[in-house]
Amino acid sequence: MNNVVAQGFAETVAECVQHYSNVPGGLLPLLHAIQRAFGYIPAEAVPLIATGMQLSRAEVHGVISFYHDFRSAPAGRHVVQICRAEACQAMGARELEAHAKKQLGIEFGETTADGNISLEPVYCLGNCACSPSLRIDDAIHARVDAGRFDALLAELAEPSPS
Amino acid sequence: MSLRIYVPRDTTALALGAELVAQALVAEAGRRQLAVDLVRNGSRGMFWLEPLVEVEHDGQRIAFGPVDSAAVPDLLDALLAGPSRHPRYLGPTEDIPYLKAQQRLTFARAGLGDPLSLELYRSAEGFKGLERALNLSSQAVVDEVTASGLRGRGGAAFPAGIKWQTVLDTAADQKYIVCNADEGDSGTFADRLLMEADPFQLIEGMTIAGLAVGASQGYIYLRSEYPQAAQILAEALRLAQAEQYLGSNIRGSGKAFELELRIGAGAYICGEETSLLDSLEGKRGMVRAKPPLPAIAGLFGKPTVVNNVLTLAAVTTVLSQGAAFYADYGSGRSRGTLAVQLAGNVLRGGLVELAYGASLRRLVEDFGGESYSGRPLRAIQVGGPLGAYLPASHWDTPLDYEAFAEIGAMLGHGGVVLFDDSVDLSAQARFAMAFCAAESCGKCTPCRLGSVRGVEVIDRIIAREAPEQHLALLEELCDTMEHGSLCAMGGLTPLPVRSALKHFPEDFS
Repeated sequence: MNNVVAQGFAETVAECVQHYSNVPGGLLPLLHAIQRAFGYIPAEAVPLIATGMQLSRAEVHGVISFYHDFRSAPAGRHVVQICRAEACQAMGARELEAHAKKQLGIEFGETTADGNISLEPVYCLGNCACSPSLRIDDAIHARVDAGRFDALLAELAEPSPS
Repeated sequence: MSLRIYVPRDTTALALGAELVAQALVAEAGRRQLAVDLVRNGSRGMFWLEPLVEVEHDGQRIAFGPVDSAAVPDLLDALLAGPSRHPRYLGPTEDIPYLKAQQRLTFARAGLGDPLSLELYRSAEGFKGLERALNLSSQAVVDEVTASGLRGRGGAAFPAGIKWQTVLDTAADQKYIVCNADEGDSGTFADRLLMEADPFQLIEGMTIAGLAVGASQGYIYLRSEYPQAAQILAEALRLAQAEQYLGSNIRGSGKAFELELRIGAGAYICGEETSLLDSLEGKRGMVRAKPPLPAIAGLFGKPTVVNNVLTLAAVTTVLSQGAAFYADYGSGRSRGTLAVQLAGNVLRGGLVELAYGASLRRLVEDFGGESYSGRPLRAIQVGGPLGAYLPASHWDTPLDYEAFAEIGAMLGHGGVVLFDDSVDLSAQARFAMAFCAAESCGKCTPCRLGSVRGVEVIDRIIAREAPEQHLALLEELCDTMEHGSLCAMGGLTPLPVRSALKHFPEDFS
């Protein structure tokens, strides 16, 4: 991280910390806020969070590493989560998972070489009457077979407006 | 006069293209210069018919479904020419047998209209329970809940009244109401449906709980996998606050109840109440040893009611209609209604609210119909990832807690996942252990290590490596996990494993 980035970075973290330091049990909402701001929780933020929340760095690290949602490295531009739970299994989620890995050329927990897509497992999206389900960023999709997956993937390949 | 059309904004409806349907309706109506009043309602829970489009027609609501955006021009034509000619015409919504045959108490309002309309909520019996509770003593409210026989809907089925009484009786400067909205069981979506279709009911129920036990602060702990529910709930809280259904002076009564929404971070174990409390405190979601019970020393060490979404929602019915009305539904010690969620390989998946006591078979055959794939059904997993896999010989079991316990199964949160004959139960048993290994909080050894060893042993059984010895070892491991684990995660993981072994031994040889 260069110095210019680091300056704005410290300010953003400080703002978040200040907002949540007096909230009872505020560490989870704080970590969510930091992840919203940066896309992940940079290692450099941990000491600042620890000081601000009057915790040890080990405690903060322990919380970050406990929860699947918190990342210690940036994700791809889009996060694709495939449901692995039973209702989706009953409708072919294992095949969908294999297809997705093959199409993207990556395993769960990895990001495509162009930085476009991160692939993750998820255990239930609450869409179990119309399985298999997957989530792309904040949108959930139902009845996803290989063909539907490819169509969704093609939409993600479009150049993003940003 | 404008045409009133309803298109749900529920997660499943959206996942099946409801947003595109809504956009197409607006565009097509504009093209025809047709005045349309588009309402984004919650879902009726008939997910197999989503996107379900409803229209107010001749003084009643008629339904079409499933509707995709391409069908919109035809649908508008049909409305003018005679709706019954449309191939997706389902008749009056309330007469659809799937809905008509249900006994909806908690989900009576689901799908009626805009989930964020306080006006609609009030006009459909909303806040009647709160009004009554505001005029009762704390003890009288708790007595009503106790008399209703209401049991926790999260899975453990503990009597809500006893829990509330304990919190009421424990003196403290601060008490809390915590709603467990960490609905992580596969095959369940009832909490999500309620929060997306009728969020004020949950807010009302939690406020009643606060008044009953003397808690001035509440938290909804919602899983992060439910972004749509989060958005709707956040807005509902703001609206309720603005009209003093929450805050320091509820409806001018001088009584206070503040309510905050907290989002989880992807950890199944946080659906376990003590782990949830640790997570709410900003810690790793580690399970706590009990005692002390959360009712005595819960959130931040204070007396805390932790109830599931549907338990808290049901309280509104108990208070508005009275304990006797509620207790009149059900069978045995399971009183009221159960929200069954038909999921997995099922033709007509969705939410079915019925009084306890209907058989699993009736539910599957009358409501679910058959498998989605068209192949014969082979196994049903009831009660989420920690529930048993049941063969057809057990499908006549009535849906009540005790009847399920008798056959070595559990109702849990009411998830019913259907599998056709392509299912391999050894793979399902292996998954149960693998899931436990992935989601264990790690505090106790039987769960943390037992699940890892469980995967290995099942792999050896599948590979036919000394299967007799490994089967015996697996039995022993299941015993250890069942009796030695700190919570239900490790303690119940053997349930799907053993049921698979017992009822489907051919899949292991």
